Amino acid sequence: MIFHSLPARANTFMPPQGTEVASQFDTLYAFLLVASLISFVILIGGLFLFVMKYKRKSIDDKTAYITHNTFLEFLWSFIPFVIFMVVAVWGIVIYNNMKATTEDAVEIHVIGKKWQWDFLYKNGKTVTNTTDAAGNIVYSTMIVPEKTPIKLIMTSREQSDSIKPVIHSFFIPAFRIKQDVVPGQYSSLYFTADKKGEFQVFCTEYCGDAHSKMLAKVRVVSKEEYDQWLIKETEALMNLANLSPAELGKLVYQQNQCSGCHTINGSPLVGPSFKGLLGSDRKFADGASQKADENYIRASILNPNGQVVEGFQSGVMPVYKGVLTDEQISQVIEFIKSLN
Amino acid sequence: MSTGKIIRKDGHYAHHFESAEQEYTSSKQGIWLFLSTEILMFGGLFVAFFLYKGMYPEIFHKGAESLSWIYGAINTAVLLTSSLTMALGIHYIQKGKNSQALTQLIITILCGAIFMGIKYVEYSHKFHLGLYPGQMFSGETGGVENLPLYFSFYYMMTGLHGIHVLLGMGLITWVAIRTARGDFGPKYYTPVEGVGLFWHVVDLIWIYLFPLLYLVE
Amino acid sequence: MSTAGAGHNYLEHGKGLMSWLTTLDHKRIGLMYGIFIAFFFLLGGIAALLIRLELFGVGELFTGAEYNKLMTYHGAIMVFMVIVPGIPAILGNFFLPLHIGAKDVAFPRLNLLSWYVFMAGSIMAVCTLLLGGVDTGWTFYTPYSIGTSGGVILMVLAVFILGMSSILTGLNFIATVHKLRAPGMTMNRIPLFVWSIYSTAILQVLATPVLGITVLLLAMEKVFGIGFFDPALGGDPILFQHFFWFYSHPAVYIMILPAMGIISELITTYSRKTIFGYTAIAYSSLAIAGVSFFVWGHHMFVSGQSAIAGILFSLITMLVGVPTAIKLFNWLFTMYKGSVQLQSPMLYAIGFMFLFTIGGVTGIMLAVIGLDVHFHDTYFVVAHFHYVMVGGTLMAIAGGMLHWWPKMFSEYWARISYLFIFIGFNVTFFPQFILGSMGMPRRYHTYLPEYESLNQISTVGSWLIGTGFLVLLGVFIHSLMYGKKASENPWHSKTLEWQTTSPPFHENFEETPVVTAGPYEYR
Repeated sequence: MIFHSLPARANTFMPPQGTEVASQFDTLYAFLLVASLISFVILIGGLFLFVMKYKRKSIDDKTAYITHNTFLEFLWSFIPFVIFMVVAVWGIVIYNNMKATTEDAVEIHVIGKKWQWDFLYKNGKTVTNTTDAAGNIVYSTMIVPEKTPIKLIMTSREQSDSIKPVIHSFFIPAFRIKQDVVPGQYSSLYFTADKKGEFQVFCTEYCGDAHSKMLAKVRVVSKEEYDQWLIKETEALMNLANLSPAELGKLVYQQNQCSGCHTINGSPLVGPSFKGLLGSDRKFADGASQKADENYIRASILNPNGQVVEGFQSGVMPVYKGVLTDEQISQVIEFIKSLN
Repeated sequence: MSTGKIIRKDGHYAHHFESAEQEYTSSKQGIWLFLSTEILMFGGLFVAFFLYKGMYPEIFHKGAESLSWIYGAINTAVLLTSSLTMALGIHYIQKGKNSQALTQLIITILCGAIFMGIKYVEYSHKFHLGLYPGQMFSGETGGVENLPLYFSFYYMMTGLHGIHVLLGMGLITWVAIRTARGDFGPKYYTPVEGVGLFWHVVDLIWIYLFPLLYLVE
Repeated sequence: MSTAGAGHNYLEHGKGLMSWLTTLDHKRIGLMYGIFIAFFFLLGGIAALLIRLELFGVGELFTGAEYNKLMTYHGAIMVFMVIVPGIPAILGNFFLPLHIGAKDVAFPRLNLLSWYVFMAGSIMAVCTLLLGGVDTGWTFYTPYSIGTSGGVILMVLAVFILGMSSILTGLNFIATVHKLRAPGMTMNRIPLFVWSIYSTAILQVLATPVLGITVLLLAMEKVFGIGFFDPALGGDPILFQHFFWFYSHPAVYIMILPAMGIISELITTYSRKTIFGYTAIAYSSLAIAGVSFFVWGHHMFVSGQSAIAGILFSLITMLVGVPTAIKLFNWLFTMYKGSVQLQSPMLYAIGFMFLFTIGGVTGIMLAVIGLDVHFHDTYFVVAHFHYVMVGGTLMAIAGGMLHWWPKMFSEYWARISYLFIFIGFNVTFFPQFILGSMGMPRRYHTYLPEYESLNQISTVGSWLIGTGFLVLLGVFIHSLMYGKKASENPWHSKTLEWQTTSPPFHENFEETPVVTAGPYEYR
């Protein structure tokens, strides 16, 4: 009886139960909380009892001379041992349920990088962090169908070779699951979401300055909604073929975090704004100057620290050589041109 | 006395011991405990070696080809000889024959020097070929991926061992000087024995390193 | 041979700074450790208070980079420079030879050397601040530690050197316990504090070399790029974690076992009753030390080690719970039919049992593999190990210091300090269990708004703890300056350290004691 009511109480501080495993977890946790409370009461209750009952009355108190009691000592070794083994096996069962998967699971690739989560779908769709109009980060959201086994295939990788990838850890509290994401290897995580809704994702392996801002969301939707979303995204990907170079350049701009430093409204941030950039006169920190033409922009993308404009810091912008293709660079140039 | 040197002559012992026997067995136990930490430290390297050998057998095979087993075998013989002379040195001190003991200790030091000399030849040959560890590797990989990892093991293991050989040579020099000065005799020879044990462990580690690095299949 | 007559106590035996810096007396070396460990505790404590201050609100007082350095220094200082050396190097050094009736430790010069090595390592660790600091966390996980800049190389070399100091201390204690016991002091007559220090020493000697080679490899990785732990060169970053925890899990018991030894002493003395189950407590220390070498993988349940390994590590970890439960129940039944005196050291011992029980049961939860997947690297873990390390070890240090303090101190203010520390501790760390259950990850310098109120409670608690330790410091300083000399055996204890003069002679006892009975013969 008591264990049926307790999970409910445990829920008052546990995250929502998004999966079957989560409710199994909460039941075991509740059992352990009760068991711990009982042992705590026995020990600490006994402690207070003895402290009060056998409080020193005079300096010459005579005490009993008891060296040991084999039977009692056996009891408080054996009973905890049995309880520990039971909960350990119980935990192993839950652990196996966490690892259970089927052949037809929907596979999604997860890429951890400093400091965001990217999600890659089979149809080629990539979900990444974006920025809203006010310049705030919009954390990436992984969309998954409900009541469907999902397999996440995860690794840690950086955009360019100059940054060393580090270990991250993908944690969804509502699903009670977590797995480290290690550079140079693939690790996997399995779940079947029972409830629709949006759930928090954390990075739980320390990964540097913005570790606590390496967040994401999981949105669980109905299967129909998921299929529609996939079709829509597939179409959008195919439509890319029909976009103008400038429109494609805007996508490149959004997907490579250019917007974090370069605005399109004329006000400079960490780097110069793209508005009115093409054709303007650039004065460099070393005193030289140049008119910003296509070649200048290309050089600034491929080797940003070659010549830095006065008033901006060197070494801030990552090198995009090997990251962007020649075609993408041309598209970005067209996009910048379109802002004039 | 709380400060200054604890002075010993034959049969004397530090103030906090009850007898020379107690001091001797305590010191010997301390030395064994220290040696166990040495073995555990190298043990870490050996565990890593076997793990990576399981993961990439090909790089250990390929890497061992670039080592000359002749140099390794000579060094093994040299170190085994030095272990013998070290043991003889202790033996002679126990018998009170300090001048013979000194000769044996000096031969031991010379063996250590020969060992390091051969290591120098081996290292410089590899540097010449660009066979540096890890990232600094600039030699031929012969199409074997991660080959530089083999050389990381080679340099870490033989390098750490080499540092121990040098330390051992220093310690033997120290006990040799004290032997010449007449500090030791049949009743007190703990430092010589301790240094000797250290030297034997250094040898022992080499006896594992040689087949693992040079003769690996 | 000693030039001193028996009449000199160890403080008067030699004057001036040099007589301290060159001392071979285990009691003086213990005190010198005490002074500097207290100083490092202050440094680590300031970092802790700043961490809690940052977490008082969602807003940012420090940048992420600054916060990460604070949490690294808090962890590294507290682990390597305070709690690991704490009890063995201060109280162990001072009382181990006294407890077994020896004149000194087996290798006094090695003992002094270990202090110098400790100081060198500590100074190196603090000097990393000049190189821009370290932001890896005290665990130095690769590949993060390979990629990050700053004083990582110096810091890991400092850890290597501190490890050497720890090995020298442990080695010294093992030989001392084996070889220097007074006549009649058989292994089943040594006080339980000695048993716990002895078990700890075994761990120090057997586990620390592995840490040594691990941080050495990490330093080589940083300097030469040898690639052992670098995936780009074929290395395995997880191997570093295996190596690191192979030391650092036993290190957890290096931190807690000596504390358990102190508690055994306190409970039997202040209950004026022989310890219940001497043999069980003594061997449970050894059992914990033994099992601790086979449980490191429970730090890595979600790292990608195989499921079989995880399951085995979970089962073996459970075994640690058994000797721990044995100790708790034996302490409890030591009070049964005793004469319990609620002096401040006993209050700290009772506080220890209270907090350690909570730390223990949450430890069982974390050992359950299915539960740890959720709790791993959340505040639940942070709360758990603070309940054990602070609620356990620091409470024991405080209790032990008061117990063995050679002067009269204000019992009233000692109790006030206890109240502040005990209540403050629970206010600080109990909410963190709830935060961890909710899913708040550790090492976060900012957090989601729903975690704010519990974090604020926790921060307020940290101020109470800080106040408590300041009061305790005040008690000690006041006592040093104005306290009368305590009587030779104020607590009417039966162990040997109380049977000599206070302060003890340079050579501890006027003549070597001959032991005829166990350590706790309260009849």
